[in-house]
Amino acid sequence: MNLTLKIWRQENPQAKGRFEKYDVKDISSDASFLEMLDILNEQLIHEGGDPVAFDHDCREGICGACSLYINGRPHGPDTGITVCQMHMRNFRDGSTITIEPWRAKAFPVIKDLMVDRFAFDKIIQAGGYISVNAGSAPDANVIPIPKENAETAMDAAACIGCGACVAACKNASAMLFVSARVSQFAVLPQGKIEAAKRAKSMVAAMDEMGFGNCTNTYACEAECPKNISVSHIARMNREFFIAKVTDSAKK
Amino acid sequence: MSKFIHYSSLTKKYIMSIAGFFLMMFLIVHLGINLFILPITENHEDVFRNGVEFMTSNPLIKVMEVFLFAAFIIHIIYGAVLQIKNWMSRPVRYRIEGWSHTSFFSKFMIHTGIIVFIFLVIHLMNFYLVKEGFTEALSGPVTVENNHDFYHMAINLFTNTTYSVIYILFIVLLGFHLNHAFQSAFQSLGWNHSRYTPVIKAIGNIYSIVIPLGFILIPLYFIFLY
Repeated sequence: MNLTLKIWRQENPQAKGRFEKYDVKDISSDASFLEMLDILNEQLIHEGGDPVAFDHDCREGICGACSLYINGRPHGPDTGITVCQMHMRNFRDGSTITIEPWRAKAFPVIKDLMVDRFAFDKIIQAGGYISVNAGSAPDANVIPIPKENAETAMDAAACIGCGACVAACKNASAMLFVSARVSQFAVLPQGKIEAAKRAKSMVAAMDEMGFGNCTNTYACEAECPKNISVSHIARMNREFFIAKVTDSAKK
Repeated sequence: MSKFIHYSSLTKKYIMSIAGFFLMMFLIVHLGINLFILPITENHEDVFRNGVEFMTSNPLIKVMEVFLFAAFIIHIIYGAVLQIKNWMSRPVRYRIEGWSHTSFFSKFMIHTGIIVFIFLVIHLMNFYLVKEGFTEALSGPVTVENNHDFYHMAINLFTNTTYSVIYILFIVLLGFHLNHAFQSAFQSLGWNHSRYTPVIKAIGNIYSIVIPLGFILIPLYFIFLY
């Protein structure tokens, strides 16, 4: 396959940035998208240029590092997978591919296609955990958990925190990410204890980091590589409401 | 006031949706009375006039009117506040964007909202402010007897074809707004259920077609049959 790439190049967070055009030739349709970028980078290094910086780690679709906005869609044209798992056969020979970094105030560009997703870490720090006393691990089956709840929690916990939901959202809202984190604990007995505090702290952190609001456009759900459902957003809306109501009741 | 602006994003959405629900219920009542402008019964004019009389003078309705205006103002202000934050959340836009599969009308809520707001201002000037004595009723083929004579005011407006066509366009855009609004309000309040959400979406679709269609019937009657 021969392709024309339009890639966002930006020296550093302060630089202005611009689109650069590159041609790549003889790419196998079985190559992954990131392998195609590797080939481009080798080409650039041979020519004495600066390789394109992009995030990647496991290349197995589980680490959440890769973050490319391709032809108007996070993680490219295929659904339910990360960009590292997407193959070049999703594109036509001779086509032009526009590659941009995630765009959000909360995700500043570090270099080229790499963005800083520290905002997600801040949200997790705010309440994406359960507090347990250290000591020997408790028996796994001491607390009975209905299978449906375990499944729901597991579906939510599938979130890899890549930020595609923010990238896809017209408002750069992090609701799907935050709600998945709230949900994965909220439906389990271990997570219920701190549920109210968690919902409030994580929503506050989300607002503070500069993410937008939810318009229920559901682009997040459509683009999530782990197919996280917007029903988790509704659950978070409920959790937050209950937290607020019970909080004022306590006062 | 600053606390009002600084509520969390979720609280703002709750308030937006509750105000929206109230406005959607008001639309049903409004349409119910408006339909009697059409000759659907022998005494339709009397029914309409009685409806207007009740809606403008009943003490309970007067109280509800305060809630109604509050709902409008809150819905509009929060709509603007949320939208500004949304725009600020993505200072650098994408070169190519919006290829994700989405709920279509949700992308244009601010646009349809602004247009509906403009219509609301015109609408209030044509009726509410005339009743309150701030503006004059527009003249037309029939004489407006007093500032409570909404029946003749409506006839004067709808017999103007330009007004009727614009009215229809506004109502269609209101329908687009309502189409997303109905199911979105449930989601914002946390009502999402594997079995009932499709039902809510279906009711929302029906609501957003039937209500605007009802309003549109009136100018259509005046354009083609009056």
